[in-house]
Amino acid sequence: MNKAAILVIDDEVQIRRLLEITLESNHFNVESAETAKEGLRIAASHPPDLIILDLGLPDENGHNLLKKLREWYTNPVLILSVQNDEDDIVKALDNGANDYLVKPFRTGELLARIRSALRSTAPEDNNPVIDCKDLQIDLATRTVKKNNELVKLTATEYKLLSLFTRQEGKVLTHQYLLREVWGPGYINQSQYLRVFIAQLRKKIEKDPNRPAYIITESGVGYRFIAKE
Amino acid sequence: MYSIPLGMLRQLSKISKANQFLAGIGLILVVSGICYFFSDYLGYKVVAFILLLTVSLIAIVFDILPVLAASLLSALAWNFFFIPPKFTFHIGSAEDGFLFLMYFIIAFINAVLTNRIRKIEQQVVEKEEKARTVKLYNTLLNSLSHELKTPIATIVGATDNLITAQSNLSDDNRKELAENISVAALRLNQQVENLLSMSRLESGFIQPKKDWYDISELIYAVINRLEQQLKNHKTIIHIEENLPLYRLDYGLMEQVLYNLLYNASIYTPDYADISISAKNHAERIYNLDTATREHSEIKNEYSYLSLVIEDRGPGFPPGELEKVFDKFYRLDHSSTGGTGLGLSIVKGFVESHNGTVLLENVPHGSRFTIMIPAETSYINNLKNE
Repeated sequence: MNKAAILVIDDEVQIRRLLEITLESNHFNVESAETAKEGLRIAASHPPDLIILDLGLPDENGHNLLKKLREWYTNPVLILSVQNDEDDIVKALDNGANDYLVKPFRTGELLARIRSALRSTAPEDNNPVIDCKDLQIDLATRTVKKNNELVKLTATEYKLLSLFTRQEGKVLTHQYLLREVWGPGYINQSQYLRVFIAQLRKKIEKDPNRPAYIITESGVGYRFIAKE
Repeated sequence: MYSIPLGMLRQLSKISKANQFLAGIGLILVVSGICYFFSDYLGYKVVAFILLLTVSLIAIVFDILPVLAASLLSALAWNFFFIPPKFTFHIGSAEDGFLFLMYFIIAFINAVLTNRIRKIEQQVVEKEEKARTVKLYNTLLNSLSHELKTPIATIVGATDNLITAQSNLSDDNRKELAENISVAALRLNQQVENLLSMSRLESGFIQPKKDWYDISELIYAVINRLEQQLKNHKTIIHIEENLPLYRLDYGLMEQVLYNLLYNASIYTPDYADISISAKNHAERIYNLDTATREHSEIKNEYSYLSLVIEDRGPGFPPGELEKVFDKFYRLDHSSTGGTGLGLSIVKGFVESHNGTVLLENVPHGSRFTIMIPAETSYINNLKNE
């Protein structure tokens, strides 16, 4: 398999080196840029498979750069943020970022995010059955099995679950989920989301209080994790 | 000692300039009016003393200009209404003229001096506050230099070993050093988070971002985050059945529970239990039209989220229960690390929700009770579809 190319845009030399070493030792090709301008130039001349973008750059606001990139760049963009500011993260996700990491992050987390983001751009394998641990979701027949037993889901619960499984590993914001499942009029009705997430967890999780599939991203949204 | 009257005075002196003028002038007019009413019994010289007293009282509270205006008015009022012949500014005898002049000067000196004393008093208070801040900073620097430098020392030492003494290290040792670095870095991160929370609180910019949340999800999220610290304890979780959703700030409340449970895990001996319970508290206010509750109309209903955390730690000295929430408070004999910021952050975040936190000693431990007034939604108990 071809090595995926990753562009790191971060002004901190230590973080850049850390990312370069981590990614290269995990079989990625890494290029890095120190400023927004340089990042934009490299991205335009050799479009990478994925961009890791720090939101706090010296020469330009990361949100601006993200918007500029998104005018033509369609591959995943991963945001690095230094503070756990949910509004900032949600804004970046709305502006087209695929996922985010808050510094300090663990290497395992970084690699999982990158793999999941790259998977989403890989051509569809046309397999409507998603197999994860004790859970099987068949998008063609709209059936969900847990430990080979059929799980009865309501229409809304199924809609939510299928949305999650189709974007496995990616963080989905509250607004996005509410808009997709209930419609644009409901984007502020987060209480519906809480209720249905709790119900869905009761049906598919082994221990609903220690969810392994539907992970809460505090203040941002939820993430569906199926693969190790 | 004088903190209460001083506080009241400070409240009064916050009144705007225009209102101070009006209040001063109004008071002089009212006092003159009363004196005039009793002028049959009071000699005009006694009235002069009463008016001087009034000016002094005004000077204690108000700024210099309104006070001067009030003293000028009092002199004129005294002259016009009380010095014979009445209802003219004309002064009959030379003695009265001299008295009026003296009154004028005394009223002004009185106003200026009282005002100056007040300013000096203010400076003393400011100085005391400054001294307290300096003391606070010293405590901060002491606990910070310990809390931050310990993990930094670990990291520096471990990396030095890894860089220079590589050949002499066994694989196990190398792994242990790397793990030490990781633990130290996470501890450092936690301390920085605490300091950031504290400075957010200090700046007064904490605005809870409220949204609907499932309390059981909140509690389990914190318990799961503290899995490592709680693994040797028995954690008892009791969440009231059919607890509604609440509108609150998830991040802030998560930090509140994290700090309390983290403390509980440090101070509770292994294998003892730590309990956390969540309940809804409804307070109903009735329109008391009829005698029985069933027939009266509910006027208003307030809901409180009540969170109780009990540990089996040593408890707190009874005299210090209040001080526990102060910044940088640490029990004298406590050996475990901590900057003493945890509980003051708890208090600050709870208060940003207009809530209260109460600490009591209970047999074999201590109990924190948090009450948060919040909107509720029972939508989670409805049957869907």
